[in-house]
This record gives sequence, C-alpha cells and structure tokens, in this order.
Amino acid sequence: MSAPLNYLTSHGARADMILPLTRGVLIISIIVILIVCGLLAAAIFRRRPVEAPGADPRGLLFRPRGGLTFVYVGVGISTLVLVATTIWTMKTLADVVSPPREAKLTIEVTGHQWWWEARYFSEKPAEIFTTANEIHIPAGEPVRFKLIGGDVIHSFWVPALAGKTDTIPGQTNITWLQAERPGVYRGQCTEYCGKQHANMAFFVVADEPARFEEWRQKQIAPAAPSADVAQGLSAFQTRCGACHTVRGTPAGGKVGPDLTHVMSRGTIAAGTLPNTPGHLTGWIANPQGVKPGNHMPQIDMSGADLNAIRTFLQTLG
Amino acid sequence: MARHTQLTQTPAIVTANAELAERLHKVWETEPGIKGFLGTVDHKEIGIRYIVTSFIFLLIGGVEALILRVQLAQPDLHVLSPEQYNQLFTMHGVSMIFLYAMPVLTGFSNYLWPLLLGARDTALPRVNALSYWLYLFSGLFIYASFFMGHAPNDGWFNYVPYANRQYNPGPNIDFYSLGMIFLGISTTVSSANFVVTAMRTRAAGMSINRIPILVWGTLTSSVANLLVIPAVSLAFFLLYLDRNYGTKFFQPQSGGQPLLWQHLFWIFAHPWVYAIVLPAMGMVSDGLPIFCRRPLVGYTLVALSTMATMAIGFGVWTHHMFATGMSDLALSFFSGVSIIIAVPSAVAVFAWIATIWTGRPVFTAAFHFFAGMIALFVIGGVSGFMTGSVPVDWQLTDTYFVVAHLHYVLIGINVFPVVGAIYMWFPKVTGKFLDERLGKLNFWLMFVGFNLAFFPMHISGLLGMPRRIYTYPHDVGWSAWNLITSIGAFLFAIGVLLLFHNIAVSLRRGKHAGANPWDGGTLEWAIPSPPPPYNFVVLPTVAGRHPLWEDRLDDAPGRSRLDTGLALDKGRQMLGTSVVDAEPAVILQMPFDSYAPFTLAVGTTIIFVGMLYRSWPGMAAGAIITGIALLLWLWPGRLREGSPEAANEPPFAEPDHV
Repeated sequence: MSAPLNYLTSHGARADMILPLTRGVLIISIIVILIVCGLLAAAIFRRRPVEAPGADPRGLLFRPRGGLTFVYVGVGISTLVLVATTIWTMKTLADVVSPPREAKLTIEVTGHQWWWEARYFSEKPAEIFTTANEIHIPAGEPVRFKLIGGDVIHSFWVPALAGKTDTIPGQTNITWLQAERPGVYRGQCTEYCGKQHANMAFFVVADEPARFEEWRQKQIAPAAPSADVAQGLSAFQTRCGACHTVRGTPAGGKVGPDLTHVMSRGTIAAGTLPNTPGHLTGWIANPQGVKPGNHMPQIDMSGADLNAIRTFLQTLG
Repeated sequence: MARHTQLTQTPAIVTANAELAERLHKVWETEPGIKGFLGTVDHKEIGIRYIVTSFIFLLIGGVEALILRVQLAQPDLHVLSPEQYNQLFTMHGVSMIFLYAMPVLTGFSNYLWPLLLGARDTALPRVNALSYWLYLFSGLFIYASFFMGHAPNDGWFNYVPYANRQYNPGPNIDFYSLGMIFLGISTTVSSANFVVTAMRTRAAGMSINRIPILVWGTLTSSVANLLVIPAVSLAFFLLYLDRNYGTKFFQPQSGGQPLLWQHLFWIFAHPWVYAIVLPAMGMVSDGLPIFCRRPLVGYTLVALSTMATMAIGFGVWTHHMFATGMSDLALSFFSGVSIIIAVPSAVAVFAWIATIWTGRPVFTAAFHFFAGMIALFVIGGVSGFMTGSVPVDWQLTDTYFVVAHLHYVLIGINVFPVVGAIYMWFPKVTGKFLDERLGKLNFWLMFVGFNLAFFPMHISGLLGMPRRIYTYPHDVGWSAWNLITSIGAFLFAIGVLLLFHNIAVSLRRGKHAGANPWDGGTLEWAIPSPPPPYNFVVLPTVAGRHPLWEDRLDDAPGRSRLDTGLALDKGRQMLGTSVVDAEPAVILQMPFDSYAPFTLAVGTTIIFVGMLYRSWPGMAAGAIITGIALLLWLWPGRLREGSPEAANEPPFAEPDHV
C-alpha cells in the first residue's frame, strides 16, 4: 500500500541527509528494546537455586550482592550510545543548515486556515506571481522557502523532501528543500490549526527544469477569458471576486486562493478533492459539506450561475 | 499550619496499649455527618477522595478516547463533526494529564505518606483539604464548558493565535484558561504541603537516606510544581486578559509573540510530564522489592536519578518546539539535553531489572503491573530518545509517532504503576484483598490491549499520519493501522473495566487481609488494615529503610522501635523532626476538622465564575467569601477545640509562630 507521507524513504538532498540518522536511531531503539526486554524476561523467568525446598517464598528475604554491577554496566553502555547519538545529531544538524549550493529560486509560502499560498519571487517585478496548494519546483535544484503565518500557526511538511518548519504569524522562517527527480510529493499541515487541520494538504511538484520554466511562464501570464464565458466571468466577479483573484479580470480578492490558473492544479480545496468538473461544481455549490467550518461561504446561486462559473473556471488553464 | 512547641523536655514514652488507642481514636476521628464530610482534614479520607475523583475523570477521558477511536477507525468517517472531534481530543488530553494523572498520584501520596513516614497526618492538613476541594471544583469548572457545548478546542497545549478571541470567539478557551489557573492553585498548595511533610514530619530516625522512593518521587515533583506552575498560570492569565480585556501579549498583528506562549507553556509542561511519572516510578521502586523479596538494588542511585531527571528536565522544554525556527545553537543545546536525560531513566530501569534478577519474584497481580511497566517504559523511553534528535524530530514531531510515544510514557509509567499500586495497597486501605486471579487477567487484558492500540501508532506515525486530524483519506496507507489501534483501544478499555469490577466485587467479598499481607518492610505495613484515624498508636523510631525486615536482613545499625514511643495524645499531636537526620525537634499541634478549606474553595470558585462572566460583583462576592474563610482559618486559638481531653491538660507554651 502506498504511503505518500512516510519518511523512511527520501527523494531529496535534505531528507537524504536526515534519513540515515532517522534509520540509525530507529535501529538503536529497536535493539535497546530487544536487549532490555530480553533482560527483563530473563530476570523474571531465570531458574533459581532452591535454597529452602518447599518453603513459601513470601516468608523469605534475601540480600544478594552483585545487583549494582548490573546498573553500572547498563548505564555505562547506555551513556556511550546516548553520547554517540548526540554527536551524530550535531553533525547532521550542521549539515542540513544550508543547501549544498546556493538556491536560485525563493518561494514565499503562507499558511492560511486551511490552504497554502505560494508566492514566487523574481528579480523582475513583472515575473512575481502567486498560486496555491500546488508548488512547482525545478528538479535537482535547491529551493529556498520563506515561511509566513497568515493567521494561526501551521507547519509546512513534505516528508519525502524535508522535515517540518512551522509558519508562524509575526515571524519569517527560512528552510530549503530539493527534489532529486521529477515527481509529485505530498505535503501536509502538521501544526493543529482548527476545524479543517485534517484537510490542509498540498503538493510539491518537481519538474524537469525546462518544464518548470514553461510552467512558470504560464503562471506569470494573466488569464485571458474568451467572450464565450462572459456570463461566467460576470457571475464569478459578483459571487467570488471579493475573496478570489483571477489576474486579467477585475476579480481581485485576497482572502482565498489565487485562481488565475486553477485548472493547472491537480486538486482543489487544499488537496481535499481531485480537480474534476464534477468535484469543482460540488465544491462551489457546497463548500461547507466538503470541508465543514472552512472559510468559504455557502452562496445561494442558481444552477445556471453555478454552471457558468464552473465553465469559466475550466478555461483558467 | 500546625503550631509547634520547642521540645524542651522529653514527653512521655509509652508502650502501645488499647486505652491509648481508644483515646487517640476519639481525638483523631473525623466527625460524623456534614461537618465531617465537608470539614475533614484526615489525609486518608482526602487521599481516597483524590483517587476516586481522578478515576472518574480517567473514565470520562477514556470514553472520550473511545469515541475518537471510533471516528478514526476507518478513513472518511463522519461520526463526529470537526469541531466535536477537536473539543473531544482537547478534553481527553486535559482530563488525562491534568485531572487524572497528577491528582491520582497526589491521592496515593496523600494516603500513603504519613503511613510511610510514621506520622499521623501530613504537615498542613487544612491546606491538604483545600487542595482537594480546589481540584474538584476546578475540574467541575472545566467540565461545565463541556455540558454547555463550549469545551476547550485548542488541545491541552492551547497554542495561540488559534486560542485568541479573533480565531476562537466562544467561551471555550476562557473556561480552559481560568480552569488551569484555578487547578494551579490546588497543585501549588498540595505541593507545598508535600514539601513540608517530607522535610519535617518523618519518624524519628528516618534520615534522608531511609525515605521510601515514592516519597522522593512526590517530593521531587512537588518542588518542580512549585517552580513551574507560576509560568503556566501567568501564561493563561495573560491569555485571559488578551481575550477579555484587550491586551496584546499574544497578538502578532500588534507585536505580540505567539512563541512566548509556547515557551511559557512548555517550561511548565515538560517538567509536569516528569512530575506525573516520578511518583509512579517510586511506586515501582518500592513495590518491586516486596515482590522480589529483597531490598531495592541501588537505592541511593535511584533516589539521585529521580532528582537528576527533574533537574535535567528543566532544560528540555524546547524539544516541543524544534520546528519553530529556533537558532541552531538553541537546537543543539536542547537536543543534547533531551538525549542525555535518558541516563537517569536508565539508572532506574537497570536497578529494577537487577532487583528482579537477584531477587525471587512472587508473581502477584501487582508484580505483573510493575514488571509490565518496565517494558512499556523502555519502549516509551527510546521513542522519546528518537524525538530528542532534532533532525529526526523534524520528521517525527506532530505525527502519530509522538502520540504513541506519549501514551507509552503516560499510560506505561503512570497508569500501569498506579493499577499495580492499587493491587498492592488495596488490602491496606480496605483490609481486603483484590482478587488475584482477576487481577492477572486484568493485567493481560490491559497489557495486550494497550500494545495493540498504541504500538501501531508508531507505524502510522512513520507513515506520516499527523496528529489532531479528525479524519484522513483512504489513499495514504493509514487505514489498517488505525483499525488495529481502535480495536486495541476497546480491549484496553475492557481491561480497565475489569479493574473496576474487581474492586466492586472485592469490596464486598474480598479475602481478609491482615496488617501485612505481602510481608512488606516499610512502616505502613506495621499498622492495622484499614489504618485507624491516628495511624500509629505510638510514634515509631526508625533505624533503617525496612523497619519490618531488619531482624531478618540485619541491615540496620540498631533496631527500629515500633511498639514503644511517644504517645503525644494531648489533642491532635505529632512529632516534627529535623530535615536531614529526622531528629525529634518539635511537637506539632495539628488542626481539627474545619469548614474553612471548603469555604475558601467555594469563594475561589465564585471568583473564577465571576471572571468567566467578567462580572465585577461576582468576583467581589467570591473575594469576600474567600476573605471570611481565611479569617476563620487563621483565627488564633482554634487548634485545641473539639478535644475534651486536651482541654483539661496544662496548656503548652505559647507557639512561637504559625
């Protein structure tokens, strides 16, 4: 069975540096459990010389010697293992502080209740753009992440690529990660953040650098809705525009995810539903049914409006 | 608050006799009726109340856990709404950590300490009564939110900004904030009582190298509580002010610091975790020797490791915060300390194993629980060691691996020893044995159920399942492990129910137990079961760690004297001794039953209800009642009331201070 969030495998430089330590302490732990529980079982069940045949052991008392040696040897060995692990930990910690080479790309990720905003920096202001819940990166290159808390504390975690770093309001945390090979790596909020903490996933998509550049250029471009979806655009503006932005249209809300290229994403509602026309319609019509308590309001609208909005969104590739 | 008189002349030394016992019985007996119910200061009565109340909270917390496990048994279930789930998991944690784990140990220590120490009560009996009433009322206060549908919903750790009013507008967090400050008063006064009791009311001759390990455990915890509870009370008070009176301590948009909360909380909560296991480890250290028929291996090392754990435990709090973006220097320091803290735990584990190895185990139900605890302690210990390593913790933290770890630690090192302690001391408390056959079944059900429930959590954690999620999708590989966990949880629950069944049956039909059913060596086994209100007819003099074993072990320089000693029968009297060597120093004049602690607790409750509703008249009314109770409490010359015999005796010299 696939477990996309397991962290006993790794697919990137940062996770690679940590994985031997993770496996190492896990193996040490299992060995310690086996040895100590073995000793415990032996201590309980070992055969004892019969000193007073037939006597009720409850009445007897002993003061044998030698028990302390046990403690000294056991604690001595334990201490050596603990000190060694501490040194290994320090070494690994020093290694992962910075990427093997300097990151060229910086992405600012903001955790919101209950979705992820990703803003791609560039030296050219015109090339800065924002997307949500699906973060593309070039494979084989280190990427720097600036992590910001949008409302409450969340935690940014892509186990196949790196450990967790919290997004905390009022401070900026920096981390980095790197994917060796192209692929889709699942991420998840891991700091409890309220009602929909469970449904706050995201994906890091590592592309070949050329494909990444293609994707980036496409994301930079504003949407260009054709005239056929004018009704949908107008309905979107009135119903959804206060919260959502679609660049190239008057819809410029900042509360929810930027939807300029929503159809380029594989899922909607922060990894909760696959991005299919049916799920998209269902999500717009009944967001509180899908993610109870989330901040997207249930808006009464006619079936015609709903369809028009869905059709409009489907043009946002 | 006992008054004391310098010991200027040797009081009468007598041999225990029936006439003296009868006289002491009248003096020390809790009054019948409502006065006794509300006013008792008997440590045994208070101890039992603590234990019973904490087990009721354990039951409630357990039912909450089972409901959570139903919701998580399969992916995408809708048994609970997200908000219901969040309130339930929060109340589960709050109930278990605050309303069960510490109070149950407080209850045991309350009941047992004076018996272990050869005293007639704890040093501050009315403070002791106050601590119970405050505990009960603060627990009811927190649970009132539950029945109003506004239970705390931000986890026991209660992180801001989610706890701020902006994100959490209901009264949920106000209940929790005030309830925690409220409960903190109870724990503080109870800890003060334990510290004074351990320092000054030990039997003559019980120098600090002869104290049972349980006493070391609770003493260490109590000192820690006195040091760290102010931090968390402050944090919750600042949060209360933020939420109700517009301050900005935790509001980032106004320059407040979310991480300030985490520091104030964890600098309390990590030592607290040690505080709720060290006394239980003490139970194992004192229990194993009885069932292994030999004294504990490495008494001094174990006592020192108890204190070392707590001392080092003050330097590990940020290992709950490794992912918050701390500096590398801080990460290295706290990581190192968090790994090295395993050394004193290793001392205890190897001392226990050596005690069993070199002893001759008697396989009682209690022994099963104590030995089982060692295995669970090792598993919970090594998973804690793993989370101490920062880079590994960046992966492990906030996944089910940590849920597994903390349950191995808290159930393994608190619940298992406590149940073992029930099997061991139930005959002392009631005069009747618990059924041993049921007890062993009880152990195996709990042990197998526990491991079935919590071991798979390590695996769902390694597979990336985050904590505190109300549901999970079917395609992430966690479904089977969660189902096993849910089944194990119910099995474990059946095991716990069997304990209640055993208690209920044995209370009615239990086999008669004498004074010393297990042939134990410490002072509590020298007196009848159940103990009389005055505990000891004459106050014992102690010459070794095991006064009842010394004839057979020949390990004491002299001999303890249990049947001849100070009578101290002029009112409620007991002996105050010196801190290190326990040399007789003063005669303590102990208080009688009093309404003052109950009234004080009621007044305090009214203050907190007033604060909850931001009602100044409410707070004022509570303050007035509290003030009256304090006056009643501190009114001079009340200690000798209610003792007709004492009234005819020549008065003692004027007490030098209170």
